[in-house]
Amino acid sequence: MAHLDFERPLVELEQRIGELEALAEGEGLAMDGQLADLRARAVELRQDLYQGLSIWQKVQLSRHPDRPYFNDYLERIFEDFVELHGDRLYRDDPSIVAGFARLDGETVAVIGQQKGRTTRQKVMRNFGMAHPEGYRKAMRVMELADRYRRPIFTFIDTPGAYPGIGAEERGQAEAIGRSLLVMSQLGVPVVATVLGEGGSGGALALGVANRVLMFEFSTYSVITPEGCASILWRDGARGAEAAAQLGLLSSKARELEIVDRVLPEPLGGAQRDAQAAADILGAALREELRELSKLDAAALREHRYARFRRLGRFLEA
Amino acid sequence: MAWFSKGRAEVDAAAKRTLGRGVFRKCTECAVTLRAEEFTANLEVCPECGAHFRLSAEAWAELLLDPGSFEERDASLRPVDPLHFVDSRAYSERLVTTRKKSGVPDALLAGDGAIEGRKTQLAVFLFRFMGGSMGSVVGEKLTRTFERGVELGQPVILLSASGGARMQEGALSLMQMAKTVAALGRLRDAGQPFVSVLLHPTTGGVAASFALLGDVNIAEPRALIGFAGPRVIEQTIREQLPEGFQRAEFLLEHGMVDMIVARHQMRSRIARILDHLLG
Repeated sequence: MAHLDFERPLVELEQRIGELEALAEGEGLAMDGQLADLRARAVELRQDLYQGLSIWQKVQLSRHPDRPYFNDYLERIFEDFVELHGDRLYRDDPSIVAGFARLDGETVAVIGQQKGRTTRQKVMRNFGMAHPEGYRKAMRVMELADRYRRPIFTFIDTPGAYPGIGAEERGQAEAIGRSLLVMSQLGVPVVATVLGEGGSGGALALGVANRVLMFEFSTYSVITPEGCASILWRDGARGAEAAAQLGLLSSKARELEIVDRVLPEPLGGAQRDAQAAADILGAALREELRELSKLDAAALREHRYARFRRLGRFLEA
Repeated sequence: MAWFSKGRAEVDAAAKRTLGRGVFRKCTECAVTLRAEEFTANLEVCPECGAHFRLSAEAWAELLLDPGSFEERDASLRPVDPLHFVDSRAYSERLVTTRKKSGVPDALLAGDGAIEGRKTQLAVFLFRFMGGSMGSVVGEKLTRTFERGVELGQPVILLSASGGARMQEGALSLMQMAKTVAALGRLRDAGQPFVSVLLHPTTGGVAASFALLGDVNIAEPRALIGFAGPRVIEQTIREQLPEGFQRAEFLLEHGMVDMIVARHQMRSRIARILDHLLG
Protein backbone atom coordinates (compact mmCIF):
# COMPACT_ATOMS: atom_id res chain seq x y z
CA MET A 1 0.00 0.00 0.00
CA ALA A 2 1.28 3.41 -0.97
CA HIS A 3 1.44 6.11 1.67
CA LEU A 4 2.22 9.77 2.11
CA ASP A 5 5.26 10.92 4.11
CA PHE A 6 3.24 12.07 7.09
CA GLU A 7 1.51 8.68 7.28
CA ARG A 8 4.77 6.76 7.68
CA PRO A 9 4.74 6.32 11.50
CA LEU A 10 1.26 4.83 11.29
CA VAL A 11 2.07 2.62 8.32
CA GLU A 12 5.16 1.31 10.10
CA LEU A 13 3.18 0.58 13.24
CA GLU A 14 0.52 -1.22 11.24
CA GLN A 15 3.22 -3.28 9.54
CA ARG A 16 4.64 -4.32 12.90
CA ILE A 17 1.20 -5.36 14.08
CA GLY A 18 0.80 -7.40 10.92
CA GLU A 19 4.17 -9.10 11.43
CA LEU A 20 3.41 -9.92 15.05
CA GLU A 21 0.02 -11.28 14.10
CA ALA A 22 1.64 -13.56 11.54
CA LEU A 23 4.23 -14.64 14.04
CA ALA A 24 1.62 -15.35 16.73
CA GLU A 25 -0.41 -17.31 14.23
CA GLY A 26 2.48 -19.25 12.66
CA GLU A 27 4.46 -20.03 15.79
CA GLY A 28 1.50 -20.34 18.13
CA LEU A 29 3.06 -17.77 20.45
CA ALA A 30 0.97 -15.94 22.99
CA MET A 31 1.37 -12.25 22.17
CA ASP A 32 -2.09 -11.03 22.94
CA GLY A 33 -0.99 -8.51 25.53
CA GLN A 34 1.68 -7.02 23.30
CA LEU A 35 -0.66 -6.94 20.29
CA ALA A 36 -3.48 -5.33 22.19
CA ASP A 37 -1.03 -2.68 23.29
CA LEU A 38 0.14 -1.97 19.78
CA ARG A 39 -3.38 -1.93 18.42
CA ALA A 40 -4.41 0.61 21.04
CA ARG A 41 -1.42 2.72 20.07
CA ALA A 42 -2.40 2.47 16.39
CA VAL A 43 -5.93 3.68 17.13
CA GLU A 44 -4.54 6.60 19.09
CA LEU A 45 -1.99 7.46 16.42
CA ARG A 46 -4.65 7.31 13.71
CA GLN A 47 -6.85 9.74 15.68
CA ASP A 48 -3.97 12.14 16.31
CA LEU A 49 -2.63 11.98 12.80
CA TYR A 50 -5.85 12.47 10.88
CA GLN A 51 -7.60 14.89 13.18
CA GLY A 52 -4.78 17.41 13.17
CA LEU A 53 -4.12 17.44 9.44
CA SER A 54 -2.76 20.62 7.92
CA ILE A 55 -4.31 22.12 4.79
CA TRP A 56 -1.45 20.82 2.70
CA GLN A 57 -1.76 17.31 4.13
CA LYS A 58 -5.44 17.34 3.21
CA VAL A 59 -4.52 18.44 -0.31
CA GLN A 60 -2.13 15.48 -0.43
CA LEU A 61 -4.90 13.14 0.71
CA SER A 62 -7.09 14.36 -2.17
CA ARG A 63 -4.31 13.14 -4.46
CA HIS A 64 -3.38 10.03 -2.47
CA PRO A 65 -2.03 7.33 -4.82
CA ASP A 66 -4.50 4.83 -3.30
CA ARG A 67 -7.50 7.17 -3.27
CA PRO A 68 -10.51 5.50 -4.92
CA TYR A 69 -11.05 6.75 -8.45
CA PHE A 70 -14.22 7.04 -10.51
CA ASN A 71 -14.09 3.41 -11.68
CA ASP A 72 -13.74 2.19 -8.08
CA TYR A 73 -17.02 3.89 -7.18
CA LEU A 74 -18.66 2.96 -10.46
CA GLU A 75 -18.25 -0.75 -9.86
CA ARG A 76 -19.29 -0.55 -6.21
CA ILE A 77 -22.37 1.64 -6.57
CA PHE A 78 -23.79 1.03 -10.05
CA GLU A 79 -24.71 -2.04 -12.07
CA ASP A 80 -24.91 -2.94 -15.72
CA PHE A 81 -22.54 -0.21 -16.93
CA VAL A 82 -22.42 0.31 -20.69
CA GLU A 83 -19.60 2.62 -21.72
CA LEU A 84 -20.01 4.99 -24.65
CA HIS A 85 -16.93 6.17 -26.50
CA GLY A 86 -15.94 9.15 -28.55
CA ASP A 87 -17.04 12.69 -29.30
CA ARG A 88 -18.03 11.96 -32.93
CA LEU A 89 -15.67 14.70 -34.01
CA TYR A 90 -12.10 13.72 -33.36
CA ARG A 91 -11.28 10.96 -30.91
CA ASP A 92 -12.18 9.06 -27.76
CA ASP A 93 -10.60 10.71 -24.73
CA PRO A 94 -9.88 8.13 -21.99
CA SER A 95 -9.53 10.92 -19.38
CA ILE A 96 -13.32 11.01 -19.19
CA VAL A 97 -15.43 7.86 -18.95
CA ALA A 98 -19.12 8.08 -19.83
CA GLY A 99 -22.07 5.80 -20.30
CA PHE A 100 -25.26 4.43 -18.81
CA ALA A 101 -25.65 2.26 -15.74
CA ARG A 102 -28.29 1.25 -13.23
CA LEU A 103 -28.82 2.56 -9.72
CA ASP A 104 -31.36 0.37 -7.90
CA GLY A 105 -32.60 -0.79 -11.28
CA GLU A 106 -33.15 2.68 -12.73
CA THR A 107 -31.04 3.75 -15.69
CA VAL A 108 -28.87 6.82 -15.17
CA ALA A 109 -26.03 8.45 -17.07
CA VAL A 110 -22.65 8.38 -15.34
CA ILE A 111 -19.80 10.60 -16.46
CA GLY A 112 -16.52 10.90 -14.62
CA GLN A 113 -12.93 11.96 -14.86
CA GLN A 114 -10.67 8.94 -14.61
CA LYS A 115 -7.13 8.89 -13.30
CA GLY A 116 -4.89 5.87 -13.73
CA ARG A 117 -3.43 3.72 -10.96
CA THR A 118 -0.37 2.19 -12.65
CA THR A 119 2.11 4.21 -14.69
CA ARG A 120 0.69 2.79 -17.90
CA GLN A 121 -2.86 3.63 -16.88
CA LYS A 122 -1.81 7.10 -15.79
CA VAL A 123 -0.35 7.82 -19.19
CA MET A 124 -3.38 6.32 -20.95
CA ARG A 125 -5.75 8.44 -18.82
CA ASN A 126 -3.45 11.46 -19.13
CA PHE A 127 -3.53 11.81 -15.31
CA GLY A 128 -7.22 12.67 -15.51
CA MET A 129 -6.57 15.80 -17.57
CA ALA A 130 -9.09 15.86 -20.38
CA HIS A 131 -8.71 17.29 -23.87
CA PRO A 132 -11.59 19.11 -25.61
CA GLU A 133 -12.82 15.81 -27.04
CA GLY A 134 -13.31 14.51 -23.50
CA TYR A 135 -15.66 17.37 -22.67
CA ARG A 136 -17.38 16.97 -26.04
CA LYS A 137 -17.97 13.29 -25.31
CA ALA A 138 -19.40 14.24 -21.91
CA MET A 139 -21.73 16.77 -23.56
CA ARG A 140 -22.85 14.22 -26.11
CA VAL A 141 -23.78 11.72 -23.42
CA MET A 142 -25.48 14.40 -21.29
CA GLU A 143 -27.61 15.47 -24.25
CA LEU A 144 -28.43 11.84 -24.92
CA ALA A 145 -29.51 11.34 -21.31
CA ASP A 146 -31.61 14.51 -21.51
CA ARG A 147 -33.36 13.19 -24.60
CA TYR A 148 -34.21 9.90 -22.88
CA ARG A 149 -35.12 11.59 -19.57
CA ARG A 150 -32.37 9.88 -17.60
CA PRO A 151 -30.80 11.51 -14.53
CA ILE A 152 -27.13 12.38 -14.75
CA PHE A 153 -24.39 11.75 -12.20
CA THR A 154 -21.02 13.37 -12.82
CA PHE A 155 -17.81 12.67 -10.91
CA ILE A 156 -14.99 15.18 -10.70
CA ASP A 157 -11.37 14.21 -10.17
CA THR A 158 -8.87 16.21 -12.19
CA PRO A 159 -5.90 18.51 -11.63
CA GLY A 160 -7.37 20.54 -14.51
CA ALA A 161 -8.07 20.43 -18.22
CA TYR A 162 -4.94 19.59 -20.19
CA PRO A 163 -2.84 22.58 -21.24
CA GLY A 164 -1.22 21.48 -24.50
CA ILE A 165 -0.85 22.46 -28.14
CA GLY A 166 -3.43 20.02 -29.49
CA ALA A 167 -5.90 20.96 -26.75
CA GLU A 168 -5.61 24.63 -27.72
CA GLU A 169 -5.84 23.87 -31.45
CA ARG A 170 -9.06 21.94 -30.92
CA GLY A 171 -10.62 24.59 -28.68
CA GLN A 172 -10.18 23.63 -25.03
CA ALA A 173 -11.72 26.94 -23.93
CA GLU A 174 -14.73 26.57 -26.19
CA ALA A 175 -15.31 22.96 -25.09
CA ILE A 176 -15.32 23.87 -21.39
CA GLY A 177 -17.48 26.95 -21.94
CA ARG A 178 -20.00 25.00 -23.97
CA SER A 179 -20.14 22.23 -21.40
CA LEU A 180 -21.16 24.86 -18.82
CA LEU A 181 -23.91 26.00 -21.19
CA VAL A 182 -25.14 22.50 -22.01
CA MET A 183 -25.26 21.51 -18.35
CA SER A 184 -27.12 24.67 -17.35
CA GLN A 185 -29.90 23.79 -19.78
CA LEU A 186 -30.46 20.09 -19.00
CA GLY A 187 -34.02 19.15 -18.11
CA VAL A 188 -33.10 16.14 -15.97
CA PRO A 189 -31.72 15.85 -12.43
CA VAL A 190 -27.96 16.41 -12.33
CA VAL A 191 -25.83 15.54 -9.29
CA ALA A 192 -22.08 16.23 -9.34
CA THR A 193 -19.59 14.84 -6.83
CA VAL A 194 -16.02 15.97 -6.30
CA LEU A 195 -14.21 12.69 -5.59
CA GLY A 196 -10.64 13.94 -5.27
CA GLU A 197 -9.22 16.95 -7.06
CA GLY A 198 -11.59 19.62 -8.33
CA GLY A 199 -9.13 21.51 -10.50
CA SER A 200 -10.45 24.78 -11.99
CA GLY A 201 -12.40 25.04 -15.25
CA GLY A 202 -11.66 21.45 -16.17
CA ALA A 203 -13.54 20.36 -13.03
CA LEU A 204 -16.37 22.88 -13.30
CA ALA A 205 -17.05 21.67 -16.85
CA LEU A 206 -18.71 18.64 -15.21
CA GLY A 207 -19.96 20.57 -12.20
CA VAL A 208 -23.02 22.59 -13.24
CA ALA A 209 -25.44 20.42 -11.30
CA ASN A 210 -28.60 20.79 -9.22
CA ARG A 211 -26.69 19.42 -6.26
CA VAL A 212 -22.92 19.41 -5.81
CA LEU A 213 -21.43 16.97 -3.31
CA MET A 214 -17.85 16.77 -2.17
CA PHE A 215 -15.87 14.24 -0.21
CA GLU A 216 -14.34 15.54 3.00
CA PHE A 217 -10.74 15.33 1.80
CA SER A 218 -11.38 16.58 -1.71
CA THR A 219 -10.42 19.99 -3.01
CA TYR A 220 -12.25 22.44 -5.25
CA SER A 221 -10.05 25.24 -6.49
CA VAL A 222 -9.83 28.04 -9.03
CA ILE A 223 -6.25 26.96 -9.78
CA THR A 224 -3.90 24.25 -8.51
CA PRO A 225 -1.80 25.36 -5.52
CA GLU A 226 1.32 24.80 -7.62
CA GLY A 227 -0.07 26.90 -10.47
CA CYS A 228 -1.04 29.64 -8.06
CA ALA A 229 2.43 29.63 -6.47
CA SER A 230 4.10 29.79 -9.83
CA ILE A 231 2.05 32.89 -10.73
CA LEU A 232 2.40 34.63 -7.37
CA TRP A 233 6.02 33.81 -6.58
CA ARG A 234 7.30 32.27 -9.83
CA ASP A 235 7.96 29.14 -7.77
CA GLY A 236 5.68 26.15 -8.17
CA ALA A 237 7.36 24.42 -5.22
CA ARG A 238 5.57 26.76 -2.82
CA GLY A 239 2.26 24.99 -3.32
CA ALA A 240 1.70 24.48 0.39
CA GLU A 241 1.73 28.24 1.00
CA ALA A 242 -0.63 28.88 -1.88
CA ALA A 243 -2.97 26.11 -0.71
CA ALA A 244 -3.32 27.89 2.62
CA GLN A 245 -4.64 30.98 0.78
CA LEU A 246 -6.91 29.42 -1.84
CA GLY A 247 -9.67 28.15 0.45
CA LEU A 248 -9.87 24.89 -1.48
CA LEU A 249 -10.98 22.49 1.26
CA SER A 250 -14.47 21.01 1.53
CA SER A 251 -15.25 22.97 4.72
CA LYS A 252 -14.63 26.30 2.97
CA ALA A 253 -16.47 25.21 -0.16
CA ARG A 254 -19.49 24.41 1.97
CA GLU A 255 -19.26 27.72 3.82
CA LEU A 256 -19.23 29.62 0.52
CA GLU A 257 -22.10 27.46 -0.80
CA ILE A 258 -19.96 26.20 -3.64
CA VAL A 259 -20.97 22.69 -2.58
CA ASP A 260 -24.26 21.64 -1.04
CA ARG A 261 -23.10 18.70 0.99
CA VAL A 262 -19.83 17.32 2.31
CA LEU A 263 -19.53 13.54 2.51
CA PRO A 264 -17.55 12.26 5.51
CA GLU A 265 -14.73 9.85 4.76
CA PRO A 266 -13.56 6.83 6.72
CA LEU A 267 -10.96 7.84 9.32
CA GLY A 268 -7.74 8.65 7.49
CA GLY A 269 -9.39 9.07 4.12
CA ALA A 270 -11.34 7.13 1.52
CA GLN A 271 -8.25 5.14 0.53
CA ARG A 272 -8.30 3.33 3.89
CA ASP A 273 -11.72 1.82 3.17
CA ALA A 274 -12.97 2.21 -0.39
CA GLN A 275 -16.10 0.16 0.25
CA ALA A 276 -17.14 2.33 3.19
CA ALA A 277 -16.56 5.46 1.09
CA ALA A 278 -18.62 3.96 -1.73
CA ASP A 279 -21.44 3.15 0.68
CA ILE A 280 -21.49 6.74 1.91
CA LEU A 281 -21.51 8.09 -1.65
CA GLY A 282 -24.10 5.60 -2.86
CA ALA A 283 -26.49 6.47 -0.05
CA ALA A 284 -26.04 10.21 -0.69
CA LEU A 285 -26.65 9.87 -4.44
CA ARG A 286 -29.87 7.95 -3.82
CA GLU A 287 -31.11 10.59 -1.41
CA GLU A 288 -30.31 13.45 -3.76
CA LEU A 289 -31.96 11.73 -6.70
CA ARG A 290 -35.07 11.00 -4.68
CA GLU A 291 -35.48 14.71 -3.88
CA LEU A 292 -34.70 15.97 -7.38
CA SER A 293 -37.03 13.46 -9.02
CA LYS A 294 -39.93 15.47 -7.62
CA LEU A 295 -39.13 18.33 -9.99
CA ASP A 296 -40.14 18.53 -13.65
CA ALA A 297 -37.79 19.62 -16.44
CA ALA A 298 -38.55 23.34 -16.19
CA ALA A 299 -38.26 23.30 -12.40
CA LEU A 300 -34.92 21.49 -12.60
CA ARG A 301 -33.54 24.12 -14.98
CA GLU A 302 -34.81 26.89 -12.74
CA HIS A 303 -33.41 25.18 -9.65
CA ARG A 304 -29.96 24.87 -11.24
CA TYR A 305 -30.03 28.47 -12.44
CA ALA A 306 -30.93 29.76 -8.98
CA ARG A 307 -28.27 27.57 -7.37
CA PHE A 308 -25.44 29.18 -9.32
CA ARG A 309 -27.07 32.61 -9.62
CA ARG A 310 -26.59 33.33 -5.93
CA LEU A 311 -22.88 32.41 -5.82
CA GLY A 312 -20.50 35.29 -5.25
CA ARG A 313 -19.62 37.80 -2.55
CA PHE A 314 -19.73 41.55 -3.11
CA LEU A 315 -21.13 44.77 -1.70
CA GLU A 316 -23.71 46.96 -3.33
CA ALA A 317 -24.12 50.54 -2.22
CA MET B 1 18.25 77.87 -4.71
CA ALA B 2 21.27 77.43 -2.48
CA TRP B 3 22.78 73.99 -2.41
CA PHE B 4 22.13 73.54 1.33
CA SER B 5 18.45 74.23 1.03
CA LYS B 6 17.98 71.55 -1.54
CA GLY B 7 15.62 68.90 -0.27
CA ARG B 8 15.06 65.43 -1.54
CA ALA B 9 14.65 65.08 -5.25
CA GLU B 10 11.04 65.49 -6.19
CA VAL B 11 11.36 63.25 -9.19
CA ASP B 12 12.68 59.75 -8.87
CA ALA B 13 15.75 59.32 -11.04
CA ALA B 14 14.34 56.12 -12.48
CA ALA B 15 11.37 58.05 -13.77
CA LYS B 16 13.56 60.31 -15.91
CA ARG B 17 13.60 57.68 -18.61
CA THR B 18 10.06 58.67 -19.34
CA LEU B 19 11.07 62.26 -20.16
CA GLY B 20 9.55 63.19 -23.46
CA ARG B 21 6.73 60.77 -22.92
CA GLY B 22 3.48 62.32 -23.91
CA VAL B 23 5.38 64.00 -26.73
CA PHE B 24 6.85 61.08 -28.65
CA ARG B 25 6.08 57.41 -28.61
CA LYS B 26 7.85 54.47 -30.15
CA CYS B 27 5.86 51.61 -31.61
CA THR B 28 7.05 48.43 -29.90
CA GLU B 29 6.22 46.41 -33.01
CA CYS B 30 7.83 48.35 -35.90
CA ALA B 31 10.01 50.71 -33.84
CA VAL B 32 8.77 53.84 -35.61
CA THR B 33 8.75 56.93 -33.40
CA LEU B 34 5.82 59.26 -33.80
CA ARG B 35 4.14 62.00 -31.85
CA ALA B 36 2.04 60.40 -29.12
CA GLU B 37 -1.16 62.10 -30.24
CA GLU B 38 -0.84 60.34 -33.59
CA PHE B 39 -1.33 57.04 -31.76
CA THR B 40 -4.18 58.42 -29.69
CA ALA B 41 -5.95 59.93 -32.67
CA ASN B 42 -5.59 56.60 -34.45
CA LEU B 43 -7.33 54.68 -31.61
CA GLU B 44 -4.03 53.34 -30.25
CA VAL B 45 -3.26 51.67 -33.55
CA CYS B 46 0.21 52.30 -34.98
CA PRO B 47 -0.29 54.48 -38.07
CA GLU B 48 2.81 52.88 -39.65
CA CYS B 49 2.42 49.12 -39.12
CA GLY B 50 -1.18 48.75 -37.89
CA ALA B 51 -0.21 47.11 -34.60
CA HIS B 52 -3.11 47.32 -32.12
CA PHE B 53 -2.27 48.57 -28.64
CA ARG B 54 -4.66 48.53 -25.72
CA LEU B 55 -7.61 50.88 -25.85
CA SER B 56 -9.27 51.65 -22.52
CA ALA B 57 -12.73 50.27 -21.80
CA GLU B 58 -14.11 53.81 -21.65
CA ALA B 59 -12.62 54.60 -25.07
CA TRP B 60 -14.15 51.40 -26.47
CA ALA B 61 -17.60 52.39 -25.23
CA GLU B 62 -17.16 55.77 -26.90
CA LEU B 63 -15.91 54.20 -30.10
CA LEU B 64 -18.71 51.66 -30.46
CA LEU B 65 -21.75 53.47 -29.18
CA ASP B 66 -23.78 56.34 -30.54
CA PRO B 67 -22.62 59.62 -28.97
CA GLY B 68 -24.16 60.20 -25.56
CA SER B 69 -26.05 56.90 -25.58
CA PHE B 70 -24.01 55.11 -22.92
CA GLU B 71 -25.49 54.84 -19.47
CA GLU B 72 -23.48 52.87 -16.97
CA ARG B 73 -25.23 50.22 -14.86
CA ASP B 74 -24.38 48.52 -11.59
CA ALA B 75 -21.55 50.96 -10.94
CA SER B 76 -22.02 50.63 -7.20
CA LEU B 77 -20.90 47.00 -6.93
CA ARG B 78 -17.77 46.62 -4.83
CA PRO B 79 -15.44 43.63 -4.36
CA VAL B 80 -14.84 42.03 -0.97
CA ASP B 81 -12.13 39.69 0.30
CA PRO B 82 -13.99 36.49 1.20
CA LEU B 83 -10.85 34.38 1.75
CA HIS B 84 -8.68 37.03 3.47
CA PHE B 85 -6.20 36.24 0.75
CA VAL B 86 -2.61 37.36 1.26
CA ASP B 87 0.29 36.94 -1.15
CA SER B 88 2.92 39.66 -1.23
CA ARG B 89 0.11 41.95 -0.03
CA ALA B 90 -3.35 41.42 1.37
CA TYR B 91 -6.02 41.30 -1.34
CA SER B 92 -8.08 43.83 0.64
CA GLU B 93 -5.19 46.32 0.40
CA ARG B 94 -4.57 45.48 -3.22
CA LEU B 95 -8.18 46.33 -3.98
CA VAL B 96 -7.77 49.77 -2.43
CA THR B 97 -4.51 50.65 -4.17
CA THR B 98 -5.64 49.22 -7.51
CA ARG B 99 -8.82 51.24 -7.30
CA LYS B 100 -6.81 54.38 -6.62
CA LYS B 101 -4.44 53.70 -9.49
CA SER B 102 -7.04 52.60 -12.03
CA GLY B 103 -9.87 54.90 -11.02
CA VAL B 104 -12.37 52.02 -11.14
CA PRO B 105 -13.66 49.70 -8.40
CA ASP B 106 -13.41 46.42 -10.33
CA ALA B 107 -12.71 44.97 -13.77
CA LEU B 108 -15.92 45.34 -15.79
CA LEU B 109 -17.67 48.36 -17.27
CA ALA B 110 -21.30 47.66 -18.19
CA GLY B 111 -24.30 49.62 -19.31
CA ASP B 112 -27.01 50.49 -21.82
CA GLY B 113 -26.18 52.05 -25.13
CA ALA B 114 -27.09 52.21 -28.78
CA ILE B 115 -25.10 51.15 -31.78
CA GLU B 116 -26.21 52.81 -35.02
CA GLY B 117 -29.56 53.49 -33.40
CA ARG B 118 -30.11 49.97 -32.07
CA LYS B 119 -30.41 49.64 -28.31
CA THR B 120 -27.93 47.16 -26.87
CA GLN B 121 -26.29 46.04 -23.67
CA LEU B 122 -22.54 46.62 -23.67
CA ALA B 123 -19.93 45.24 -21.29
CA VAL B 124 -16.18 45.83 -21.54
CA PHE B 125 -13.43 44.35 -19.40
CA LEU B 126 -11.14 46.83 -17.67
CA PHE B 127 -7.78 45.18 -18.15
CA ARG B 128 -6.06 47.84 -16.07
CA PHE B 129 -7.83 46.53 -12.97
CA MET B 130 -5.92 43.40 -11.92
CA GLY B 131 -5.48 42.20 -15.48
CA GLY B 132 -9.22 42.16 -16.12
CA SER B 133 -9.55 39.17 -13.81
CA MET B 134 -13.05 37.88 -13.07
CA GLY B 135 -14.17 37.70 -9.47
CA SER B 136 -17.63 38.04 -7.94
CA VAL B 137 -18.20 41.64 -9.08
CA VAL B 138 -17.32 40.96 -12.71
CA GLY B 139 -19.43 37.79 -12.68
CA GLU B 140 -22.41 39.53 -11.14
CA LYS B 141 -22.26 42.55 -13.46
CA LEU B 142 -21.99 40.38 -16.55
CA THR B 143 -24.81 38.11 -15.37
CA ARG B 144 -27.00 41.19 -14.89
CA THR B 145 -26.00 42.39 -18.35
CA PHE B 146 -27.25 39.15 -19.91
CA GLU B 147 -30.38 39.29 -17.77
CA ARG B 148 -31.07 42.87 -18.88
CA GLY B 149 -30.68 41.70 -22.46
CA VAL B 150 -33.44 39.17 -21.78
CA GLU B 151 -35.74 41.61 -19.96
CA LEU B 152 -35.32 44.49 -22.38
CA GLY B 153 -35.11 42.34 -25.50
CA GLN B 154 -31.70 43.69 -26.47
CA PRO B 155 -28.56 42.07 -27.85
CA VAL B 156 -25.40 41.89 -25.73
CA ILE B 157 -22.01 43.01 -26.95
CA LEU B 158 -19.09 41.99 -24.77
CA LEU B 159 -15.44 42.95 -25.16
CA SER B 160 -13.15 40.62 -23.24
CA ALA B 161 -9.59 41.33 -22.15
CA SER B 162 -8.70 39.22 -19.17
CA GLY B 163 -6.18 36.82 -17.75
CA GLY B 164 -9.04 34.69 -16.42
CA ALA B 165 -10.61 33.97 -13.05
CA ARG B 166 -9.33 36.00 -10.10
CA MET B 167 -7.26 33.72 -7.85
CA GLN B 168 -7.69 35.98 -4.84
CA GLU B 169 -11.40 35.14 -4.61
CA GLY B 170 -10.75 31.41 -4.90
CA ALA B 171 -13.42 29.03 -6.14
CA LEU B 172 -16.04 31.79 -5.96
CA SER B 173 -14.32 33.23 -9.03
CA LEU B 174 -14.56 29.84 -10.69
CA MET B 175 -18.30 29.74 -10.01
CA GLN B 176 -18.77 33.02 -11.90
CA MET B 177 -18.00 31.04 -15.07
CA ALA B 178 -21.06 28.85 -14.53
CA LYS B 179 -23.26 31.72 -13.37
CA THR B 180 -22.53 33.95 -16.37
CA VAL B 181 -22.83 31.16 -18.92
CA ALA B 182 -26.20 30.09 -17.49
CA ALA B 183 -27.40 33.68 -17.93
CA LEU B 184 -26.06 33.65 -21.48
CA GLY B 185 -28.19 30.54 -22.05
CA ARG B 186 -31.27 32.56 -21.16
CA LEU B 187 -30.29 35.30 -23.60
CA ARG B 188 -30.08 32.62 -26.30
CA ASP B 189 -33.50 31.29 -25.35
CA ALA B 190 -34.84 34.83 -25.58
CA GLY B 191 -33.60 35.05 -29.16
CA GLN B 192 -31.20 37.90 -28.56
CA PRO B 193 -27.74 37.88 -30.12
CA PHE B 194 -24.48 37.74 -28.20
CA VAL B 195 -21.55 39.29 -30.02
CA SER B 196 -18.28 38.37 -28.33
CA VAL B 197 -15.26 40.50 -29.14
CA LEU B 198 -11.96 39.00 -28.01
CA LEU B 199 -9.28 41.56 -27.28
CA HIS B 200 -5.69 40.99 -26.24
CA PRO B 201 -5.42 38.88 -24.11
CA THR B 202 -8.41 36.63 -23.42
CA THR B 203 -7.37 33.51 -21.52
CA GLY B 204 -8.23 31.19 -18.63
CA GLY B 205 -11.66 31.23 -17.08
CA VAL B 206 -12.93 34.08 -19.24
CA ALA B 207 -11.98 32.24 -22.44
CA ALA B 208 -13.29 28.96 -20.99
CA SER B 209 -16.75 30.31 -20.26
CA PHE B 210 -18.64 32.93 -22.30
CA ALA B 211 -15.93 34.54 -24.47
CA LEU B 212 -15.88 31.83 -27.14
CA LEU B 213 -19.64 31.23 -27.00
CA GLY B 214 -20.63 34.27 -29.03
CA ASP B 215 -23.24 33.82 -31.73
CA VAL B 216 -20.47 35.59 -33.55
CA ASN B 217 -16.89 35.66 -32.24
CA ILE B 218 -14.74 38.57 -33.37
CA ALA B 219 -11.05 38.86 -32.56
CA GLU B 220 -8.74 41.83 -32.79
CA PRO B 221 -5.62 41.36 -34.91
CA ARG B 222 -2.82 39.50 -33.08
CA ALA B 223 -4.86 39.14 -29.85
CA LEU B 224 -3.70 36.25 -27.64
CA ILE B 225 -6.65 33.95 -27.02
CA GLY B 226 -6.59 30.56 -25.34
CA PHE B 227 -7.41 28.38 -22.38
CA ALA B 228 -3.94 28.02 -20.87
CA GLY B 229 -1.33 30.75 -20.88
CA PRO B 230 1.71 30.15 -23.09
CA ARG B 231 4.02 29.85 -20.06
CA VAL B 232 1.92 27.08 -18.54
CA ILE B 233 1.86 25.17 -21.81
CA GLU B 234 5.63 25.52 -22.27
CA GLN B 235 6.21 24.22 -18.75
CA THR B 236 3.85 21.29 -19.35
CA ILE B 237 5.19 20.12 -22.70
CA ARG B 238 8.76 21.42 -22.21
CA GLU B 239 8.91 22.75 -25.72
CA GLN B 240 8.97 26.19 -27.26
CA LEU B 241 5.65 27.16 -28.76
CA PRO B 242 5.42 27.84 -32.48
CA GLU B 243 5.33 31.45 -33.69
CA GLY B 244 1.80 32.84 -33.78
CA PHE B 245 0.41 30.12 -31.47
CA GLN B 246 -2.84 31.22 -29.76
CA ARG B 247 -2.95 34.45 -31.73
CA ALA B 248 -6.17 35.63 -33.35
CA GLU B 249 -4.97 34.45 -36.77
CA PHE B 250 -4.30 30.96 -35.34
CA LEU B 251 -7.80 30.82 -33.89
CA LEU B 252 -9.35 31.91 -37.18
CA GLU B 253 -7.44 29.18 -38.98
CA HIS B 254 -8.58 26.60 -36.41
CA GLY B 255 -12.21 27.63 -36.64
CA MET B 256 -12.62 29.20 -33.21
CA VAL B 257 -13.45 32.76 -34.25
CA ASP B 258 -15.59 33.99 -37.13
CA MET B 259 -13.44 36.91 -38.15
CA ILE B 260 -10.61 39.23 -37.30
CA VAL B 261 -11.65 42.86 -37.41
CA ALA B 262 -9.40 45.91 -37.17
CA ARG B 263 -10.39 48.46 -34.58
CA HIS B 264 -11.49 51.08 -37.10
CA GLN B 265 -14.04 48.72 -38.62
CA MET B 266 -15.34 47.22 -35.37
CA ARG B 267 -18.36 49.46 -34.90
CA SER B 268 -19.72 49.08 -38.42
CA ARG B 269 -19.01 45.35 -38.44
CA ILE B 270 -20.92 44.73 -35.22
CA ALA B 271 -23.82 46.86 -36.48
CA ARG B 272 -23.97 44.84 -39.72
CA ILE B 273 -24.00 41.54 -37.82
CA LEU B 274 -26.85 42.73 -35.61
CA ASP B 275 -28.71 43.84 -38.76
CA HIS B 276 -28.31 40.37 -40.25
CA LEU B 277 -29.46 38.61 -37.10
CA LEU B 278 -32.27 40.91 -36.06
CA GLY B 279 -33.29 42.54 -39.37
